Amino acid sequence: MLSYIIKRIGQAIPTLLIVITVSFFLMRLAPGGPFDGERQLPPEIEANLMAAYHMDEPLWQQYVRYLDGIAHGDFGPSFKYKDFSVTDLIWQGFPVSLTLGAWAMLVALIIGLPLGIIAAIKRNSAVDYLVMGIALGGIAVPSFVIAPILALVFGVILAWLPAGGWHDGALPNLVMPVAALALAQIAAIARLMRASMIEVLGSQYIRTARAKGLTPTEVILRHALRPALLPVLSYLGPAIAAIVTGSVVIEQIFGLPGIGRYFVQGALNRDYTLVMGVVVFYAILIIVMNLIVDLLYSVLDPQIRYD
Amino acid sequence: MKATTSLLGTLLFSASVASLAFTSQQAEARTLQMGLGGELASFDTSQVAGGVWEAQVLMDVFEGLVKKDPKGNLLPGMATDWVVSKDGKTWTFRIRSNAKWSDGTPVTADDFVFGWQHMLDPKNASKYAFMLYPVKNAKAINEGKPAPDTLGVKSLDDGNTFQVTLNEPVPYFEELMTHFTAYPLPKHTVEKYGTDWVKMSNIVTNGAFTPTDWVSQSSIKTVKNPDYYDARQVALDGIVYNNIENLNAMVSRYRGGQLDIAHSHGFPVTQLKSLKRTLPEDTHTAPWLGNEYYVLNQREGEPTADLRVRKALSLAIRRDILAEKISQGAFDATTAFVPSGIHGYQPQSNDELSKPYAERLKEAKELMKEAGYSPEHPLNLHLRFNSDDWNRSNAVAISSMWQPLGVKTELDNTEATVHYQSIARGDFDVARAGWVADYNDPQNFLTLMETGVGNNYGAYSNNEYDKLMQQAAATMDQGKRYQLLEQAEKLAMDDYAVIPLLTQVSRNLVNPHINGWEDNISDDHPSRWISFDK
Repeated sequence: MLSYIIKRIGQAIPTLLIVITVSFFLMRLAPGGPFDGERQLPPEIEANLMAAYHMDEPLWQQYVRYLDGIAHGDFGPSFKYKDFSVTDLIWQGFPVSLTLGAWAMLVALIIGLPLGIIAAIKRNSAVDYLVMGIALGGIAVPSFVIAPILALVFGVILAWLPAGGWHDGALPNLVMPVAALALAQIAAIARLMRASMIEVLGSQYIRTARAKGLTPTEVILRHALRPALLPVLSYLGPAIAAIVTGSVVIEQIFGLPGIGRYFVQGALNRDYTLVMGVVVFYAILIIVMNLIVDLLYSVLDPQIRYD
Repeated sequence: MKATTSLLGTLLFSASVASLAFTSQQAEARTLQMGLGGELASFDTSQVAGGVWEAQVLMDVFEGLVKKDPKGNLLPGMATDWVVSKDGKTWTFRIRSNAKWSDGTPVTADDFVFGWQHMLDPKNASKYAFMLYPVKNAKAINEGKPAPDTLGVKSLDDGNTFQVTLNEPVPYFEELMTHFTAYPLPKHTVEKYGTDWVKMSNIVTNGAFTPTDWVSQSSIKTVKNPDYYDARQVALDGIVYNNIENLNAMVSRYRGGQLDIAHSHGFPVTQLKSLKRTLPEDTHTAPWLGNEYYVLNQREGEPTADLRVRKALSLAIRRDILAEKISQGAFDATTAFVPSGIHGYQPQSNDELSKPYAERLKEAKELMKEAGYSPEHPLNLHLRFNSDDWNRSNAVAISSMWQPLGVKTELDNTEATVHYQSIARGDFDVARAGWVADYNDPQNFLTLMETGVGNNYGAYSNNEYDKLMQQAAATMDQGKRYQLLEQAEKLAMDDYAVIPLLTQVSRNLVNPHINGWEDNISDDHPSRWISFDK
């Protein structure tokens, strides 16, 4: 097991290097630069800025400089948020996105899994259609529609909850963003769970379990649940990585200081170092999440062994 | 005995009045929750990007030699008084003797000398350094030639007097002294902490408020600066600046009671009508020193290098539709380049643009025919704008207004960085642009049409215009100077140098229980004047 983990980490390094290289050059290929704005800068000022950010050096030299920085854990200064380094920004924003994402995932699992199981058991019944109908709605209605509606109803009209803001993660500030984030995940998880549960319920060993005289609850919990969870699990790895790195839409609408906004803001501002920092961070997170999922597989499925 | 009782009674009474006054003062003082449409780039003014929201935070925590009242009128700030030499080139400011940084250290002329040198030091790569270029040697220093200590500024009289030497007289110099580029820098902490002086644990400021906490993308918290010379007159305990880029979210948070002021910009254009109906007391709109215009590319070989084409394009536009239908009153129609509202200056426009629409259209068609275009031989134009719903609506409307002239318009929309890079390179026929004044003076707008200026995207060039601008720059008498500038503007408008479209309107939401807020042309609202009703 340990040797497997070490091997995977070894494989991760070239993956990361490719991610860094591709995104570094793609970013630079995009037209427009960090200093292009509404106001044309006088040439001497532009030259000063280029020099301050080493952008007057050849591209390969900048690339080497960047790699060297990363190797020393330094993502460089942000082009836009001058009083913070990229590392500062990520460490300030990540706990916010992580809190939100973790809550949303937890809520989604607690609601989505039972819904999927119920729909699978009551397949093609009114309950199934109702659950799947709601799930389809959850997937189809984008968060940029749900979030403002929630804010309007609960934040403005009823005024039960704050319409936005973070307040150091106070519970009332968390409710709406978590609900908006969880909705799509509930739907996705319920659908996946239903499909895989139906498949498992049709297999030979479930028939055997039933023939042994086990109650339907026992059959589901003891025999069907574990194998049925496998597809959900492989979905969860990347989904968790995505959800804890923040949602641009939710963060914008509720004014939350997570790192999701940096993806879009950074790209629009051509804030090269910030975008790179977030991309590298995201890549690392995905690699780690996938590794964890693969390890959990061996727990759930005895056929999988990594030794 | 009687006397004693009454004395005791008076004492007791006055004590109770005093405590009453104390409690009511406490109840009045509050932290102001302000929503801003963007985030400050840095508390180091040399690193600021120039957003209007940045100016708001900076004017609350720092103060220059001159400051503004709620209406935008100039008042003495860090300087109590000043004199200007006869040739208009030397300004001498006396620094306020009780001016202090928030750690109690006195603010001296050395802090100004240090701050201005810091702003112009090429190593600091300040985007806004050019604002100080009127100061002797400033431009050369920023270009990296002489050392920063050769700048034309001096600390005299043990730091009690600050003297500035200019290259040329600058008529709007006092106004310039309120800009963030002219703020002092706390020399003692910068020397101690280096670039870390801006960290929340180290920062000191000389304004009415001082920052204590900053969560990027969320909020900046400030508290009243007890060492501010006028602290007793400052009503608020502090201000929280909430960074809310999404303007619909800004409105929700204001309506939900989380914000006292939603500023720069407080709400989206599309919500103006409904807000005026539902929150008439809170919704503030006022003329603002900003314009919205179309740049005409006048480089050689461009169809818009032809005056007839430029004139026809401008004549055919129905500005009233843009202002009333598309912008719903959040912008005003204009045929001049300089927005109105600068005291003593009369914006100039071309009279032909105020003729009835039918006449204008007829003339425009004829002009296009003369220039060799007609619906059968259409003129193909590329109209560039930066991606935005409102920009798109305007572009679509204008291109349909041009259709009867035989103009086929292709809309090119790109994100802002690409847009400005492209138009700076001249890669367009017609392009959207806008300008918000850095200082309250027509020169700040008119310079955009001078030959060789970076923001003159259309490369308009007229010797006579340039000459008038130079003459105006050398004229100290405000009345005469404005006349020269008016002549220049008239000339450019007669040349159809650009297509003026709209002037900006500031949009703010302000709690009706707030005092000390006055709508003004610069949309500057220093929070030190703000208080809440009792």
